[in-house]
Amino acid sequence: MKRGRAEILSTRRLGAYHSITLVAPEIAERARPGQFLAIQMPEGREFLLRRHFVIHQASRRGGWAGTLEFVVDPTGPGTAWLGNTRAHEFLDVIGPLGKGFSYPKRLTNCLLVAEGHGAASLYFLAQELIARHKRVDMIVGGDTLERVFKPVEGKRLSQTIEIVTADGSLGDRGSVLDVLGDMADRCSTEVLYAAASPPTLERIAAFCRDRQLPAQVAIEERMGCGFGLCFTCVVPVARKDGSGYDHLRSCVDGPVFNPARVLWDRWLSDAPIMVPTPPEGLPVVRSWPG
Amino acid sequence: MAGVKRSLAVDLVGLGLSTPVMIASGCAGTGRELAGLVDTRRIGAIVTRSITLRPRRGDPTPRIGETPSGIIWSTGMQNPGIESFLAEELPRFAKAGTAIIVSITGGTLEEYVRLTSLLQGKPGLAAIEVRLSEPDDELDRPILGAHLERAIEIVGAVARMSLVPVFAKLPAVATDLVELARGVVRAGAHGLTLLDAPLAMSVDAETLRPGLGAVTGWLSGPALKPVTLRAVFDVARALPETPILAVGGVRSGEDAVEMLLAGAWAVQVGTATLIDPAAPVEVARGLAGYLKEKRFGSPAELRGRLRVPAGLEGPVRA
Repeated sequence: MKRGRAEILSTRRLGAYHSITLVAPEIAERARPGQFLAIQMPEGREFLLRRHFVIHQASRRGGWAGTLEFVVDPTGPGTAWLGNTRAHEFLDVIGPLGKGFSYPKRLTNCLLVAEGHGAASLYFLAQELIARHKRVDMIVGGDTLERVFKPVEGKRLSQTIEIVTADGSLGDRGSVLDVLGDMADRCSTEVLYAAASPPTLERIAAFCRDRQLPAQVAIEERMGCGFGLCFTCVVPVARKDGSGYDHLRSCVDGPVFNPARVLWDRWLSDAPIMVPTPPEGLPVVRSWPG
Repeated sequence: MAGVKRSLAVDLVGLGLSTPVMIASGCAGTGRELAGLVDTRRIGAIVTRSITLRPRRGDPTPRIGETPSGIIWSTGMQNPGIESFLAEELPRFAKAGTAIIVSITGGTLEEYVRLTSLLQGKPGLAAIEVRLSEPDDELDRPILGAHLERAIEIVGAVARMSLVPVFAKLPAVATDLVELARGVVRAGAHGLTLLDAPLAMSVDAETLRPGLGAVTGWLSGPALKPVTLRAVFDVARALPETPILAVGGVRSGEDAVEMLLAGAWAVQVGTATLIDPAAPVEVARGLAGYLKEKRFGSPAELRGRLRVPAGLEGPVRA
């Protein structure tokens, strides 16, 4: 984990998203897929906390060596400010943060399921998996054409790809869940990775449980600091021995988790206070990788 | 630089610190996260997150949100309980090369007493901060320390047992803050931490839901600075001999200077640490710059230098 001022090399609009490339050799060197950055906001504004972005690309070799790319989905004042930054401005960056995806040792057929900007981390993962001689297939989805992240890049990286949008403006109409079963069968999937909205991840977790598929998912929970100080970005995760569950910080113990161990109903409950504790019969889970 | 460092040292009546800038409770993780982001030896003291007798899983998420010039949060005091804390976290904190103040909290007198007894003699413990803003499980009140007699009972019991200085962190909702401060100091508190975060809430009109999983939480950040200044000013005039740690809204050297002028002996940096882990060091640097520029010899010389109109020397407001 390094902290420093990083110069913006370039910014690009990608549909609904902004992609920002930084010169940050110390962070790029260490970055793994699934890890993220904490970017400081400008002083003198109402919004204070750092914003957190998953790493889309970290180049260690070649002409882009030492650069780092992340993707901003401008939905609030902080992300909108970042979307308007320009080349040669400087950002205060801490990273790489969190535990990234791990790679399977024996299993080879990997299915990567991405929704919206979740694809940013999974394309990085795909490259690393391919470098380890794994087969990569993908399902990439979004609400609209604009919110499907770099579909061409997805096609380039995967053996087979299924693109879906909620309004049918690109690929098939539907959600990533609609094609999940088919794709897993067709690609003889052995390992599943996903980065999507929490409700979709919950369904994916159920799918993986039914099929006994080892999986890793990248979750997004609202963070305060991003480096473990404040205990706000917690996710309920069952202990390995089934003796109960703990609130783990997604910034240091995640953001990548084994979906079989996340207590989804507890995490995503509409009425969290009414959920009784502790739960009965927690799942006993073999450790990753399967 | 050696001269500047020496001039920042403060003496909180027996508790010596290298600088008067600490990390506030709940902003220092578990003792391992700050390494690599800041040189902890340059922080005056670290206050740990509040520790309870039994492990606490804490509140549901979302636990944090932004408000104008502040954050609202509610962790539900997630912590592993005192036994696990003493076995794993305190030894890590003890290696930070700075004074460690352990924050304790609970809902019953027994909890505070047992926490204090378990902390005695532990290596690395410089002081105890007693957080009094949890619900009172015995008297069934929302904020335990908001009531004078209860605050005196709890702080008095902790102070009588403790071998290290005890700082009482007073709740922001006290009806008569000065009276509460006088009471807990008379009961044996070595010093005071002013103030604990006030209760707060946010509402999301889009989803028709509260912004926090716990519905209500606490307000922190720059928005609190004027509230902290007032509390420090009034209590310091009533209790000039009692070390006061100002917390709430300190994020720059200038803020620290203002707190010391109002009567604080040291400051704690909370929210700013979450944004910039080196903030306590930057605050100390800014303070050192001010002292040098204005030719003050030490932070203690700032205390009570605020020029107030004649007539304000009288009895202080609540």
